[in-house]
Amino acid sequence: MTRAVDPQRLRGFLRKEWIQIRRDPSSIIVAVILPMIMLFLFGFGVSLDARNQPAAVVIETSAPEAQDFLASLRANKYIIPRLAPDRPTATEWLRSRKVMAIIVLGDDFGERLHRADSAPIQVLVNGTDANTARLVSGYIQGVWATWLVDRENVSPCSAPTPINVQFRVWFNEDLDSRRSIIPGLIAVIMTLIGALLTAMVVAREWERGTMEALLTTPLTRTELLLGKLIPYFCLGMAGMTVTVLFALTVFGLSIKGSILALVLASSLFMLVVLGIGLMASTITRNQFTASIIALTATMLPGMLLSGFIFDIRSMNKVIQTITYIVPARYFVDLLKTLFMAGDIWAAILPNMLALAVVAALFIGITARKTTRNLE
Amino acid sequence: MADGLRFSDLRKTFTAESGVVKALDGVSGSIEPGRITGLVGPDAAGKTTLIRVLADLLKAESGNVDRPRGHIGYMPQKFGLYEDLTVSENLALYADLHGLNRNEREQTFKRLHQFTGLAPFGDRLAGKLSGGMKQKLGLACTLVVAPAVLLLDEPSVGVDPVSRRELWSMVRSLQDTGIAVLWSTAYLDEAERCDHVILLHEGHVLFDGAPADLTKKFAGRTWRIPIPADNDAQRKRELQRAGSQLPGVIDAQIQGRALRLVMSPDAPAPQLPNLKAEPATPRLEDAYLAMLDTRPRTPPPVEPIENPTFGHMIETRNLTRRFGEFTAVDHISFNVERGEIFGLLGPNGAGKSTTFKMLCGLLPASSGEARVAGVDLRTERDDARGKLGYMAQKFAYLGHLTVAQNMRFAAGVYGLSTSEAKTRIEAAIADYGLEQFANEPCGLLPLGIKQRMALACAVIHRPAVLFLDEPTSGVDPVTRHEFWARINAMAGAGMTIMVTSHFIDEAEYCDRLAIIYRGRVIGMGSPEEIKAKHDKTGEGLEAAFISLIESYDLEHPQQ
Repeated sequence: MTRAVDPQRLRGFLRKEWIQIRRDPSSIIVAVILPMIMLFLFGFGVSLDARNQPAAVVIETSAPEAQDFLASLRANKYIIPRLAPDRPTATEWLRSRKVMAIIVLGDDFGERLHRADSAPIQVLVNGTDANTARLVSGYIQGVWATWLVDRENVSPCSAPTPINVQFRVWFNEDLDSRRSIIPGLIAVIMTLIGALLTAMVVAREWERGTMEALLTTPLTRTELLLGKLIPYFCLGMAGMTVTVLFALTVFGLSIKGSILALVLASSLFMLVVLGIGLMASTITRNQFTASIIALTATMLPGMLLSGFIFDIRSMNKVIQTITYIVPARYFVDLLKTLFMAGDIWAAILPNMLALAVVAALFIGITARKTTRNLE
Repeated sequence: MADGLRFSDLRKTFTAESGVVKALDGVSGSIEPGRITGLVGPDAAGKTTLIRVLADLLKAESGNVDRPRGHIGYMPQKFGLYEDLTVSENLALYADLHGLNRNEREQTFKRLHQFTGLAPFGDRLAGKLSGGMKQKLGLACTLVVAPAVLLLDEPSVGVDPVSRRELWSMVRSLQDTGIAVLWSTAYLDEAERCDHVILLHEGHVLFDGAPADLTKKFAGRTWRIPIPADNDAQRKRELQRAGSQLPGVIDAQIQGRALRLVMSPDAPAPQLPNLKAEPATPRLEDAYLAMLDTRPRTPPPVEPIENPTFGHMIETRNLTRRFGEFTAVDHISFNVERGEIFGLLGPNGAGKSTTFKMLCGLLPASSGEARVAGVDLRTERDDARGKLGYMAQKFAYLGHLTVAQNMRFAAGVYGLSTSEAKTRIEAAIADYGLEQFANEPCGLLPLGIKQRMALACAVIHRPAVLFLDEPTSGVDPVTRHEFWARINAMAGAGMTIMVTSHFIDEAEYCDRLAIIYRGRVIGMGSPEEIKAKHDKTGEGLEAAFISLIESYDLEHPQQ
């Protein structure tokens, strides 16, 4: 009986894998370049903020406060006010999507402002894009509230300040959703990259007929698995490093947690996703099918069910239960914690444990499916 | 001397989409040390399955395999090489996997380099080697540890005759060291060189013994009728027709400028007016053919084919194709006349497929002229396509469609009208004896039937020119003979046939050949002329081919 791992055989096999990686740079591109491109595109493309939103302003009053309010609208970077001559024109602009909202300062603006019993301004928002509509109305309320506070400071006997308007601003000080998205995005990207890296590697041996030759050598199952995992683990971690550095420099993020925790979490996650790819590759023995499986099994649940964009707590119960089997969920959580909150071990450890279990599961299945014959 | 490998009553079935396939149906035999055992049979006979069972890569459902002590070396069909690794890296990998220590390694590499002649190519990527060199490297990788039994799965496929001969002498020298060798092949001429053959047909052993023991049973039943040199190709085809209708004839084939006949036992000597029959030495192919239950069918006559041009049917002038720096086809010129069977023969990578693709209108030429059926391929490529038929290697067909549906598809592709297609398909189904299969999904059908269907599809529009790409490599002799009888009948009706092959046996069916090597035509003429000019030893076309290539290499050394 041969030993499960013979250093010479493993070294020989690893050397071969490394030469293949070096000669065919596609896996290096997938590991290092692709995540940067994806982070760049998603990072700048997916933004949950609405900036520079045009809004029509109809001023029907001659009250001096109206001009003052307009000035503070202008000073704001989220809303670009455009003066409309009358309400029909503004409505037309809204219909043709030239503006996202209409702010009307009626002819009784000054009077209502002093009476303080009803809203002095009227806001109409284009609701076709619900998310942006909610944000725009929030911004307008924010500007209004700020303006009121400023005004109160100037003349302290006027209307009461609405207290709940600042709610949103309070949670995300500079209204920048990117900070919370990028860590999740890194997790989703690395899911895809990791699975793609290994999806091809076993299937390639089958398709090129080299597996048949390997099976007639004393190479063991453990050596084959290690030989495939070790090089791509290194590549995947290199990709992870580059991606994190990219996030720190280009998006100006900072890591509140420790590097050790980050490396530990990433390593566990890398084993999970490499395991997914390796499993697909081993079972299908076909590079194309394996990469399609790797793509759909990681990208879709990663995007939708990991809590990266859509908050898991707001999903229905059934879907919430399903998210527990999406490995990206744990990593999204880990990265968000490590980037934004720090080493909160009570939050980190359960997630790491979950990843370790999933990694063992996928690699275990792959090992079982790795046969020593062609059946 | 080591023990051999013995196996008895092996059974193995596969469940494919198309149903259950009995790959091995009670196969017994042995591979004895010190000799080369040929595992012979057409594609899908069960050769690869048997080898994999013997190599312990597949488990047989029943039966026994007695493996000798010691290593079993196995070279799979694609040689098991890493094409993105160099020659030395491949060898080093297998040395590591087999646990060779530093000392053993050096000695082994030295021995293998000497044996294969690969020493100067140590740093070349395996993918950049020629077919012959890949095969030598594949063999070297299997020989890193000296095996007791060496299993070679179709080692000579895709390899030029020169390398094939070298491989034979290499394996012969191994045999002398007492190794038991199993060599699988679909080529019967190759099988004749083995010490012992196991003839597999549809999962059964048809014959197990020395090739000579088989052929001698057929002594006196094979005849050769030379056809005088002044006779043209059409006369040759008439004789073949007449010959196949003589009493007691099992098979009648044109071979170069002679008719070769296999007779049933006790049949009288064949007689054709004014021609003299001489007894011929039976070959393995004759024996194989005679042992099968089915006989090649004599095809029905073919209606005359319209002649679209008065000139040559295929005409090339300095046809050239470059891919970047590499010139795949280098100023090739030849003409093919109406009703001629013309072969492009050459090793893999010689440029024959590129020439072929240019003539089919699939690839534009870099320079030079090409006309097919009177149509200039530079300017009217789309017009030419309607005048030509094409049958790809391993005949492309849609496996889930029935035979009739495949024909309808072909008729549609070639632009026949619905009513025309209907009559043509009916006629083809009758002509090709496909009545009982017309409504069966063709994926399920035996290889021979698929071959017939593929040919019927390729000529459904009665093209003036028919292109065939290695049409009969890997098929059994009955199917092959029937196929060529049909091709001869079509050529007799005026269809022009162009064949590419690296398979010498196919070349014998051609009226004229162009030998393509390194992008050029290095020899042209009828098989007889080429043999007369270049085969000094009298061994046949393959020897002529090898000597042509060798003298070309001598005169034009590669840098």
